[in-house]
Formats: sequence, structure tokens, C-alpha cells
Amino acid sequence: MDVFFYIAAVVAIISTVMAISGRNAIHSLLFLILSLLAISVVFYLLNAPFIAALEVIIYAGAIMVLFIFVTMMLNIGIERETEKKWLRPRMWIVPSILAAILLLDLILAVKNIRPVSNGEEPILPKQVGISLFSTYLLGVEIAAILLMAGVIGAYHLGSQKKKVKHRFLEIK
Amino acid sequence: MLTVPVGIQILFAGILFFLGLIGLLVRRNMIFMLMSIEVMFNAAGLVFIIAGTHWKQPDGQVMFIFILAVTAVEVSIALAMILQVYHHFKTLDADAVNNLKDHN
Repeated sequence: MDVFFYIAAVVAIISTVMAISGRNAIHSLLFLILSLLAISVVFYLLNAPFIAALEVIIYAGAIMVLFIFVTMMLNIGIERETEKKWLRPRMWIVPSILAAILLLDLILAVKNIRPVSNGEEPILPKQVGISLFSTYLLGVEIAAILLMAGVIGAYHLGSQKKKVKHRFLEIK
Repeated sequence: MLTVPVGIQILFAGILFFLGLIGLLVRRNMIFMLMSIEVMFNAAGLVFIIAGTHWKQPDGQVMFIFILAVTAVEVSIALAMILQVYHHFKTLDADAVNNLKDHN
């Protein structure tokens, strides 16, 4: 089983690198979907089959479709000047070194966690649901309020202002 | 079953998180910045799942579901804002959106 984990991890990391370093937005989004699918495999191996299904359905299915819709609506394909300037190798060095230092910190921190074998049986959706709707009921209600606010906010931001298009009423 | 050490698993999540961080720091295209934020959210959720599996509790998965809800809201709002920015400025360059003036 371990080899599946390593394969999925390597696929996820490589496709994430391709996603964040690509020039074409659609290609990057497709690489990001590949990365999410690889992470979903990792979730399945980590005894969380319910979350693996949610990852495919909601992340790769719904959220990425939103991204692709917006990217296609905006019809992005032309590389902008500023972005081209920023994507020179020189610009990658400082943020990469700083992030690498943080990653080194993390490596040193996780090096001496005592090894514990993972559980034999997966954590089933039933347990998750019972925990979600008893212990974390308040969290569910807060998430509902947040989603409602999100709907209203997205509607407000997404609505186009109606403009009077008569040539005599045009305001300069 | 899986016998990969927990350190390696958290390291995997950490590498994903830092890839997202580098992308957020380097890219100036708003779509790419939002994608990098997605990668970081995903890595954080991965850590929750790893911890939940480590202690054999469903709480980690519950937290991942909450992260999923927050991510959905964040993405829809951010994409609506990106559309507005594109209509105003005709560009997705984050550096172009630096004036707090009203452009109507």
C-alpha cells in the first residue's frame, strides 16, 4: 500500500508545480485537477473514503468547474507584460528560498514524531455524520450562515450595473 | 494497510502548502494567485485528515468538510471579484489594481 501513497504524492507534487508555473491558465487548471485527484487517492489510502469522494465531487467537480468557467469567460491567453517580467527566474529565487527555509523547519519538526501505525478499518461516513451533527452542530450552523453570506455576496458582486445606453443620456 | 510514517505524510502536505505559498508570492495573475490559495487550503485539509487517521477519530474529516464549505464560499466570492476587476481594468494583473480611485 505504501507504494501507492508515494506514487500519488509524487504525481500530486509534480502536477502542482506544473500548475503554479504554467503560462496558460487552462493548462494550469487541468494540472490542478490532476493534483486534486492524486490527493484524493491519498485520502483513500488514509482510511478516509468519504473525504476522497467529496474531494473528487466538490473540489475537482464543482470548484474547478467554476474556475474554468471564469477563465473561459475572460478569454485569457495573452501573456501580460508584468507577469512576463515577474516570471523570470531571478524573481523566483527569494520567495523560493524563504519557503524552503520554512519547509526545512517543518522537516526538522516532523522528524521525531513517534511512529504509530494507522488504523486497520476506515473511518466510515456514518461516524463522520454522527460527529458532524452532534458535536459540531454549531459549526454546521455557522457554515450555513457563511454559505448564505457567500450566495448573497456573489450575487451582489456578480450582477452587472444596468447602464442607460441612449446616446443623448451618455454620461462622460 | 498504510505504513508510511506520519512525518512523511505531514511532509507531503507541507510540500504542497509551500508550493502554494511560492505560487502566491510569485505569480501576479489573479487566477493563478487564487489557484495557489486553493492548493494551500487543500494541504491544510490534508493535515486534518492525516491527524484524524493518526488518532482514529472522525473529527479530522468533519474539519475537512468545514474547510470545503469555506473554500466554496471563498472561491465564488473571489471569482466574482475577479470578474469585476476585469471589467474595470481589462487586466488580471494584481499590480494594476493599486489605485483606490473610483473608475466610473
